[in-house]
Amino acid sequence: MRREDDFAQRRKHIADLSDQELYDRFWELTAQVVDPLLELGRKNTTPSVERAVLLRMGISSLDTQKIVEGCIDRGLMGHGAGHVVYKLSKEKNLSIRDTGAMLAKGEGWDEAASLFKKGGK
Amino acid sequence: MADFKLEPNEKLDVREIMKDLDKYEPRRRGWTWRKHVDNLEMGPFQYHDCSEPLKNGVGLPPAKYFGGIDPQPDPVITTEIASGRFEDDIRRMRMAAWHGADHIMVIRHMGQSHIDGLMEGTPQGIGGVPITRKQVRAQRKALDIIEDEVGRPINYHSYVSGVAGPDVAVMFAEEGINGAHQDPQYNVLYRDINCVRSFVDACESKKIMAWADILQIDGAHNANATAREAWKVMPELIVQHAINSLFSEKVGIKPENISLSTVPPTATPAPSVYMDLPYAVALRDICDRYKMRAQQNTKYICSSAREATVTHVLNMLISKLTRADIQSTITPDEGRNVPWHIYNIEACDNAKQTLLGLDGLMEMVELKKDGPLREMAREIKERACLFMEEIVEAGGYFQAVQEGFFVDSAKYPERNGDGIARKIEGGVGYGYVFEREDDYMAPVTAHFGYNNVEQYGGDPADPAALIGGCTFEDRSKIVYIDELDEEDCVDRRFEKVSKYLDGEAIKPEMEWCADGTIMITMCIPTHVRAAEATALEIGKKLGLEDPEVISKEVLQDAEGTRIEMKGKVTFDIDPNNLEIPPEPHHLSDDVLFKEFSDHPMQVVCGTVGEDEHSVGLREIINIKHGGIEKWGIKVEYLGTSVPVEKLVDAAVELNADAILASTIISHDNVHYKNMKRINELAIEKGIRDKVIIAAGGTQVVPEEARNTGIDEGFGRDSHGIDVATFLAEEAMRRRGDL
Repeated sequence: MRREDDFAQRRKHIADLSDQELYDRFWELTAQVVDPLLELGRKNTTPSVERAVLLRMGISSLDTQKIVEGCIDRGLMGHGAGHVVYKLSKEKNLSIRDTGAMLAKGEGWDEAASLFKKGGK
Repeated sequence: MADFKLEPNEKLDVREIMKDLDKYEPRRRGWTWRKHVDNLEMGPFQYHDCSEPLKNGVGLPPAKYFGGIDPQPDPVITTEIASGRFEDDIRRMRMAAWHGADHIMVIRHMGQSHIDGLMEGTPQGIGGVPITRKQVRAQRKALDIIEDEVGRPINYHSYVSGVAGPDVAVMFAEEGINGAHQDPQYNVLYRDINCVRSFVDACESKKIMAWADILQIDGAHNANATAREAWKVMPELIVQHAINSLFSEKVGIKPENISLSTVPPTATPAPSVYMDLPYAVALRDICDRYKMRAQQNTKYICSSAREATVTHVLNMLISKLTRADIQSTITPDEGRNVPWHIYNIEACDNAKQTLLGLDGLMEMVELKKDGPLREMAREIKERACLFMEEIVEAGGYFQAVQEGFFVDSAKYPERNGDGIARKIEGGVGYGYVFEREDDYMAPVTAHFGYNNVEQYGGDPADPAALIGGCTFEDRSKIVYIDELDEEDCVDRRFEKVSKYLDGEAIKPEMEWCADGTIMITMCIPTHVRAAEATALEIGKKLGLEDPEVISKEVLQDAEGTRIEMKGKVTFDIDPNNLEIPPEPHHLSDDVLFKEFSDHPMQVVCGTVGEDEHSVGLREIINIKHGGIEKWGIKVEYLGTSVPVEKLVDAAVELNADAILASTIISHDNVHYKNMKRINELAIEKGIRDKVIIAAGGTQVVPEEARNTGIDEGFGRDSHGIDVATFLAEEAMRRRGDL
């Protein structure tokens, strides 16, 4: 978009605001811009968010991406990759780390997927 | 876990740092500010804006005149160190800490922001350092030891951005990183990472940073560095700062850990302070809740280190007139190459010197409450407000990015249509945002957003309890990876330079151990193109490898060019074959003042023989030249061409304690003959036991002077301090006090 400087025209409705009023208006507008961005973060996840969950669960950085890819391939991302590892570990009575290592090797995925069949929306 | 202590006169052996890294635990989390001291007294001075001094450091060069004081200004001082080899950067960090840096920032390896996941090991980097757990651990461990040595906590800092932001944030939280850049707008605008993905990732990253008490620095200054006419993006800079800051605060970062990366937008020859000051005021008015990290303008930096330094100083004047909690430094060689050791240190000294020089300024001056400053600041704030208003009208942030609102080269609301536009449905990582299901769950600490741990009986306040604590509660769960590449790793690099690390050979270095790089500054008396070619030819004849002209400045089109050239030397120096002359022996000022106050000393002096030279002797005696008068010695100067008899007679008459004779002319050993004669005359007159006799001159060899019977001789390069030290010690010896 190209536009001439229309500042004189555009400022009319804020020209008479005090510095404090201008400050308040600026931050109210900023809140309107950032609130939807926070909402996106609450409702969604991404491969890096899930890798960061897996790392905190004590899974090697060499395995996290493989587990996330496995979740994406099987439509499990919406449940949380950490959730998948957690639930499978309970089911198989394995440690979190061993469960993660197994999934990273490409094993146990059918069972993992079956655990979430009835879940979800 | 710092298991060894540094001695100031010993080199830090990075190979020692690398031992047992798998067992290392960071000693603290979070950011540390300097501790202000009210009315700090140091040496003869009182300071108004200074903090607790260091235990060990290197003061500014003139500190030697003030008892070696090294006051530390209030703002944290940042230096960026990332040569591509983290092991060599560690030694530079120690140098920087000694010069006052307490915020050390590591730039990432080029391309790391597009790598999905953590990098591991210690590969060599380009344009920065591959940020890995091993590298971070080694540097944090080294900084623990260095901060013990200088006596002040050092903040360690890197970047939480790119497509692995949250992964990196976790690792930083685990490894005790104290500060980090985090700004999703940077990913979107400059790394073309999908905007939705960037903000979802940023929520998680910031939540983790909040837990680890990491200070956040934003990326808004990049708009300044990118826009064609940087001063026109001032309204947008405020908008970008505000978006990231409020977003971060709402995720949970406390305002005092949110720091704006702010850069004065212009540089000379623009009337920079006139333009930058209103902007700085406007920004601090609007973002008053947050900290200010003042950075130097780099947009217009050229290869002249002098010019870059003046810009830095002008920028720090803005910091002082407004507010800077962290004063960043840009190395003066930023415009020519990846920064060298010496320029990191120069930059730290530039900051310390400027801030000390301006200490207390705001107790004496204040910014005008009306006039152009306030009018211009108000206009910038209104333009920023209108910019934010139009983002809302356009349908929000993503829509605004898609329509090219940002980094447009015109001053808002004027638009040139050249902004950076990024598609909502596009960019790196597009298509990798997944909606959370009702049963979405993540059993970890510091996780952002919807998290249904109740389905397993978990506590929403402590989701990690479901797995008995995550790595944030239980460090033993962290998986430490050593190396992935046996060739591209630090141990192989150590092997190649072991003789230098072991102290068996010395080679100059600018960035890396034994890189051999030196710089030569020259005035070549010809026009710029011929001067460059001449310089390269000189480099070849000197035997330099890869000579390269790194800066050229015209002195006059035809008369000359100032050239700075780098090149590598190809030889080593063997430290065992060095001839190091002994250090001159000098008494301290305090001892000398006391000696000549308690035991007043009268000296008679002159240039003897038929000799009209007077310069040398006057430099030895004159207080203005640092001569012996300075310490309270009384001097009777008889002039030039003084007969030796007159010198001795004057000594008798004045009841002098010492005779100083200057002898320049030396043919036929006349200088030694004159010394011998002075000694004989003093014996004849019966004063030899009382009077100290010394002589000096460019051709005098001390031992031969003593052979003539006088007490001491002073040769070329002698100074007042040498003579004063001798006179004091000789007087003490004669009294039996030494």
